[in-house]
Amino acid sequence: MTRLPAGSIDCDVHVSVPGMAALLPYMSQAWREMITTRGTDGLELASYPTGAPLSCRPDWRPATGKPGTGLALLQRAALDGFGTRAAIINCLHGAQAVHSEDLAQALCQAVNDWLSAEWLDQDARLRASIVVPTQNPAYAAAEIERRANDKRFVQVLLLASNEMLLGRKYYWPIYEAAVKHDLPIGIHAGSAFRHAPTSVGWPSHYTQDYVSHTMGLESALLSLMAEGVFNHFPTLRVVLTESGVTWLPGFLWRAIKSWRGLRGETPWFTRSPADLIRQHVRLTLQPFDSPGADETRRILEHIDCADMLLFSTDFPHWHFEADNAIPDGIPDALIPRIAIDNPLATYPRLKETLS
Amino acid sequence: MSEVLDRSAPARLRAGIVDCDIHPTMRSKSELDPWLPERWRKHLAEYGHQVRIPFTSGTQYPKSAPATARRDAWPPNGGPPGSDLAFMQAQLLDANDIALGVLAPLAASARNTDLGAAYCNAVNEWQIENWIRRDARLRGSITVAHEDAELAVAEIEHRAGDNRFIQVLLPSKTNEPLGRKRYWPIFAAAQAANLPVAVHVNSVGGGYASAAGGWPSYYLQDHHLNVHSFQAQIAGLVLEGTFERFPDLRMVMIEGGFAWLPMLAWRLDKAWARMRDEVPGCKRPPSEYIRQHLWFTTQPMEEPERPDHLRDTLNWIGWDKVMFATDYPHWDYDDPRTAFPIRLSNAEHTMVFRDNACGLYGFG
Repeated sequence: MTRLPAGSIDCDVHVSVPGMAALLPYMSQAWREMITTRGTDGLELASYPTGAPLSCRPDWRPATGKPGTGLALLQRAALDGFGTRAAIINCLHGAQAVHSEDLAQALCQAVNDWLSAEWLDQDARLRASIVVPTQNPAYAAAEIERRANDKRFVQVLLLASNEMLLGRKYYWPIYEAAVKHDLPIGIHAGSAFRHAPTSVGWPSHYTQDYVSHTMGLESALLSLMAEGVFNHFPTLRVVLTESGVTWLPGFLWRAIKSWRGLRGETPWFTRSPADLIRQHVRLTLQPFDSPGADETRRILEHIDCADMLLFSTDFPHWHFEADNAIPDGIPDALIPRIAIDNPLATYPRLKETLS
Repeated sequence: MSEVLDRSAPARLRAGIVDCDIHPTMRSKSELDPWLPERWRKHLAEYGHQVRIPFTSGTQYPKSAPATARRDAWPPNGGPPGSDLAFMQAQLLDANDIALGVLAPLAASARNTDLGAAYCNAVNEWQIENWIRRDARLRGSITVAHEDAELAVAEIEHRAGDNRFIQVLLPSKTNEPLGRKRYWPIFAAAQAANLPVAVHVNSVGGGYASAAGGWPSYYLQDHHLNVHSFQAQIAGLVLEGTFERFPDLRMVMIEGGFAWLPMLAWRLDKAWARMRDEVPGCKRPPSEYIRQHLWFTTQPMEEPERPDHLRDTLNWIGWDKVMFATDYPHWDYDDPRTAFPIRLSNAEHTMVFRDNACGLYGFG
């Protein structure tokens, strides 16, 4: 039995672009020709291979086609299945990893138009993150502006690992546009593969790539703090999606210690990482990397902030069985906050359109 | 201090503590000359080590203090911190009742592995001559040209019968993940010699960015993110099946912290449960290999917001797997009297400060 209250808000579900053909209607004639004549297709992110067991729960895998391509399955399994009032689609697409920023822009525009027409228009419970061409922050900011009036887009989506660490000033135009429209920045596990997945190079196995995503998120978070992003954008909110969560206390302890010893190098870094993170950072619930209820209870005490977790199923990724979307050990009293209050507080546009 | 080499193991250690990470340094580069062939002395003078940073001197992330050292660790001999045995004896060993100290010389990883092998051989001779022969409390680490397994194995075999060396020393950032088969001969040689393999944090390795998202700007980030290299190494070692292939291999993770370890083990277990078909060399839940094969040194000590949370972490890791270290003479040195933010029971204290290391290294 699910412990979720009615009307929960699912802050991370995934849909997939079935192929380039699905995006062509949302492109200019010039791009359609370019893409067709060059045979440009595929571009599925290596961070989530379609066939990998983790990428799709067995009972959520469609009979044919890629996981997350069918509206009916999403409705039945993710929305009806959990009594969800609203769900935020994070569409992971290679648009954010191609090297041509012009192609990236065209693809992101098409993905967002496709999301709007094929998903958001089809079910009033659906919301989406704006997929932006991180490769060119000016283009990314323009894409945010283009979507800003559509209140069904509730967040800006970035991959955790890109050309440079996300705190660098190069990326600040993205944050400026997001803050202007009060859109949180969703940083999703995954990499554009500009660098090796680890600081010791390329692992042999996908399993290790997946495990390593926590380090990508940690380094992005540390970069945002060290470069002063939260000083410059005091209303910025960051949502770490599909993060694993339980690395947070250990990260915090190390970040606080380094900050105490070394902050002379970064004089603008005047507030403790613990304060900054509890104010500005939220994490989606699934996956929650804990072996059992006891460890989960302890980790929640270490995190010590009831505002930080946002309910997610991470549909169709495979992290839990049946409807056990709330990990054992999460106290009943916390569940309504995770499932409803925290998402509403994090996403102003949800609050606006749901109430 | 004893000038006489003591080859026997000390009597069972009943007093004092073990320091698992002490950095001896050279007063000048010429200290290695007695053991470095003329060819390599000339090479170093002309070309240097050619490590994978844009500078021939200095570091890509300027440190927090000169020589990355405690400001009071500059010895009266005029050399750099860690270069004067008498001063180290007074400031570290005597002052802290250190009965056994493990030397971890930080040898640069030269791109030219022939140079690396000659240099490591000289560093090993230097450890004996300048340190271990002069103080019976000190033990050495076998430094090796780890990127060339054949050369590394030769050095390990050369030192295997010398019980003044108690482990093989590798850096945490290597050119490839250490679980890769190209490194396995090193583990085979260490296992055959019954020597633990230690992995010490380093900043410059194979030239990969510190994070999948690129290079940090500041030392504050670099210093933190170096911890991630340990996570990557452990995940790789486990998933590649290294511990299945070398069931008696024991490894020590030095100066990488440990608060991240429980989470890593939990996450690995979950991913393995889903995708074990991809990693057939890893036959058991990853956490089991971690629990069995890995030890961790304490410095730089984890400092939770609420100190008692450290007890959760240590319970999850196992009190028998954690060993005290000072990291003398570096700036983030841990003082054995104040390092732990929680009060340890006598039994816990004895394990962490002495018995765990004695058991692992076969002291006493």
